[in-house]
Amino acid sequence: MIDRNEPVSEGDLHAYIDGELPPEQRDAVAAWLAAHPEVAAQVAAWREQAEAIRVRYGAVAREPVPARLSVSRILRPRRSVAAMAAAASVAAFLIGGGAGWFAHGATMQPSTGIEKVATDAVEAYRLYTVEVRHPVEVAGDERAHMTQWLTKRLGYQQHIPDLSSIGLKLVGGRLLPGPDGAAAFYMYEGPSGERFTIYCSRTDVAETSMRFKDTGRVATFYWVDNKQAYVVSGPANRERIEAVTKAIYEQVDKAMARKS
Amino acid sequence: MTDFRRRVEATIPALRRYARALTRDADIADDLVQDTLVRALRSEHLFHEGEIRSWLYTILTNLNRNRLRSLARRPVLSPIDDNDAPDMPGPDAGGRDIERALATLVEDQRSALMLVVLEGLSYREVAEIQGVPIGTVMSRLARARAQIKSFLDGERPALRRVK
Repeated sequence: MIDRNEPVSEGDLHAYIDGELPPEQRDAVAAWLAAHPEVAAQVAAWREQAEAIRVRYGAVAREPVPARLSVSRILRPRRSVAAMAAAASVAAFLIGGGAGWFAHGATMQPSTGIEKVATDAVEAYRLYTVEVRHPVEVAGDERAHMTQWLTKRLGYQQHIPDLSSIGLKLVGGRLLPGPDGAAAFYMYEGPSGERFTIYCSRTDVAETSMRFKDTGRVATFYWVDNKQAYVVSGPANRERIEAVTKAIYEQVDKAMARKS
Repeated sequence: MTDFRRRVEATIPALRRYARALTRDADIADDLVQDTLVRALRSEHLFHEGEIRSWLYTILTNLNRNRLRSLARRPVLSPIDDNDAPDMPGPDAGGRDIERALATLVEDQRSALMLVVLEGLSYREVAEIQGVPIGTVMSRLARARAQIKSFLDGERPALRRVK
């Protein structure tokens, strides 16, 4: 206990500002400080230090966490150097909104496989999104059945993203021929009838960075993760397709992490 | 995701903050956090009971100590920006003063101060993380605060080498 007649130790003063003292001792130290202004000034200086530290570094905890630090990313099994590069560029994409990140793709080894998949996907987009009556084989309200069916046909687990949070409704899906067996094709529709599609298929490439292609009317983001290609196509509005791709990527990534 | 993993994930922002303050370098800090997470997730089965947060702080603190030790083995003199007296103690330019002041601390003092002031941990928790008695934590805090104060008051620290 601190007696008001006894000097307060320096340790008490630190414990005081760090909230380590029980209430009655707190009060005693506060009273003692009121009578010792020069010590009170020192204590105030310590408090200012603490405040400066919190001002300087506190905001770090509110920054978005880089993708490489997510638990799911770290738990993903053995990744090649190329895979890490791909992950890094996807991370850069997700954080930087794509700025300055396309240059990265140039350093990746060319993989014609994925370019072919992207071309097929854009063709499918052009062919089916104009269909009014028969855009899909299975309607969006049969999601469970469609997941089961296409998982079986493609030979790996399908995760059909839910994009309702960004205003897109699942129209449905269909089976298409892919470069290496079957491909799955999912279609979504926005409030003003604009359509986005996801084309999924196996590839011979293990991983790629995220790439972007704009063919004038149709814009496409595509990437390969774990030998699974994803091609997101939609009307050529860069901002919108980026947001849609981000939502899809996050869901697919999460689903993959759960599996591994 | 398991509850353990969720709790680890929830701690990442705080770990990044602590690492940033310890290293004052964003890349080194995130590398430390990544190494911490790799170790923690690898030892998930070793973790039974207790406070995950303290455990993660402990791993990170130890990894940083190891990092500094291995740096010390290299005979590198770090450049002390000695020719820029104008932005030495004086008006604070976006937190640079406190950053410079922290750079003059001994690692264990800096870590103790950050855990208490920035991360809001109790003396007891810091004692466990640093593996020392509470009294030692308190004397580290006292020395850290005295050093920062004298730095900010304008006593230029002796020319330092990275040991």
